[in-house]
Amino acid sequence: MNNYIVELNNLGKYFGRRLVFTGIDYTFTSGNVYGISGPNGSGKSTLVKIIAGLISPTSGKVNHSFQNKIIEPEKLHDFIGFVSPYLFLYDEFTAEENLIYFSSIRGLKFDPNRADFLLNEMSLFNRRKDLVRGYSSGMKQRMKFIFALLHQPRLLILDEPTSNLDSEGKDKVYGLINNESQNNLIVIASNEDSDLRLCSSVIELEKYKNRNEGK
Amino acid sequence: MKAYSLFRKDWQSELRTRYAVNALAMFILVTISVIMFSIGSEKITEYLTGGLLWVVIFFSAMSGLSRAFVSEEERGTTMTLQLIASPSTVFSGKLIFNLLLVFIMNFVITILFGILFTSFIIRNIPLFALAFLFGNIGIAVSSTIIAAIISKAGSKGTLYPVLSFPILLPLILTLLELTKFAIDGNSIYSSMTEILVLICYDVIMATISYLLFDFIWKD
Repeated sequence: MNNYIVELNNLGKYFGRRLVFTGIDYTFTSGNVYGISGPNGSGKSTLVKIIAGLISPTSGKVNHSFQNKIIEPEKLHDFIGFVSPYLFLYDEFTAEENLIYFSSIRGLKFDPNRADFLLNEMSLFNRRKDLVRGYSSGMKQRMKFIFALLHQPRLLILDEPTSNLDSEGKDKVYGLINNESQNNLIVIASNEDSDLRLCSSVIELEKYKNRNEGK
Repeated sequence: MKAYSLFRKDWQSELRTRYAVNALAMFILVTISVIMFSIGSEKITEYLTGGLLWVVIFFSAMSGLSRAFVSEEERGTTMTLQLIASPSTVFSGKLIFNLLLVFIMNFVITILFGILFTSFIIRNIPLFALAFLFGNIGIAVSSTIIAAIISKAGSKGTLYPVLSFPILLPLILTLLELTKFAIDGNSIYSSMTEILVLICYDVIMATISYLLFDFIWKD
């Protein structure tokens, strides 16, 4: 098993004067599935974006380490797979073209076997030559999983992973989470009970609205 | 190599969506037509033609070059890029794309000026070519960083010319001076001060852009 650790140290975020959360201290370790839950607007997506290094916290720090070595912020994207409702792929390209460009921009050689395996897993293999523009919202959601997993990330961050998916799609995603959690670290931000049932530990963000309650 | 891959992605995307090319082509066509209609049969001086060339280039750059980042923001793919590439890769990729676009655009504008305006006579072509080369690099670098800044703002359309004017003004003034020298047939040696100013502008803008881009790119 790889040894990927994410440490949240006294993490806080304000948007202007509005407090989203404060005082989050937590450690995520690989081989586990962690959940982040809370009502709408509680900052689930904000927290996962901070963990992924997409936005900066107002206070506190996030440390990523792999095999006991701290990961530099500019290298972080090589270790992370991210699925989110705010993530969009390039509509004007086919699924396959998207994957080829993503690999080359990451500096990796495109692995057609890996791509075909993931396309098959997500039942998109027969539609791989179609423009993403023509995909349904559920198919686009499945494509996001392929995008997130193509480079075999150590940390998989899933923000509302089952949104837009039918029951077959949800089963595939749950199977995939179980599979990936054997070796990697998975963080799920969701309100769905079925998503959170997969988690060994859940952060309730409502507790971190007030500094005193959070501690 | 990563930056080149990003450039290839953008170029392929541009060929399919025609985000920037259509805007640029229409702008060049309309602007040159308006200039020709307003001049009519009047004869304009060589200096004025040289000035008009850079005016058309400046406003064409305003209309098309912001698309590099604005199109990513509008399509919601900014986060996708943030997840696959480091900020320096993204800036380099977008810069290569804008460089190519600026060179093609300005080459077309210059050729059209040469064909349509009889008073556009360059006597020292190597000097003009140097000004053209370093000027285009300056326009591409400045436009790319300004595009990155405005893509995060609400009123993108207004902000681009407002920010571009003070940043591009020293460049345009130097280019006007060098074009005048090229029209007069001055030697490259006697125009060295202006050429060095151009090179310094390019180096300073490129350095500042790479330093600033990390902060601009992340929310």
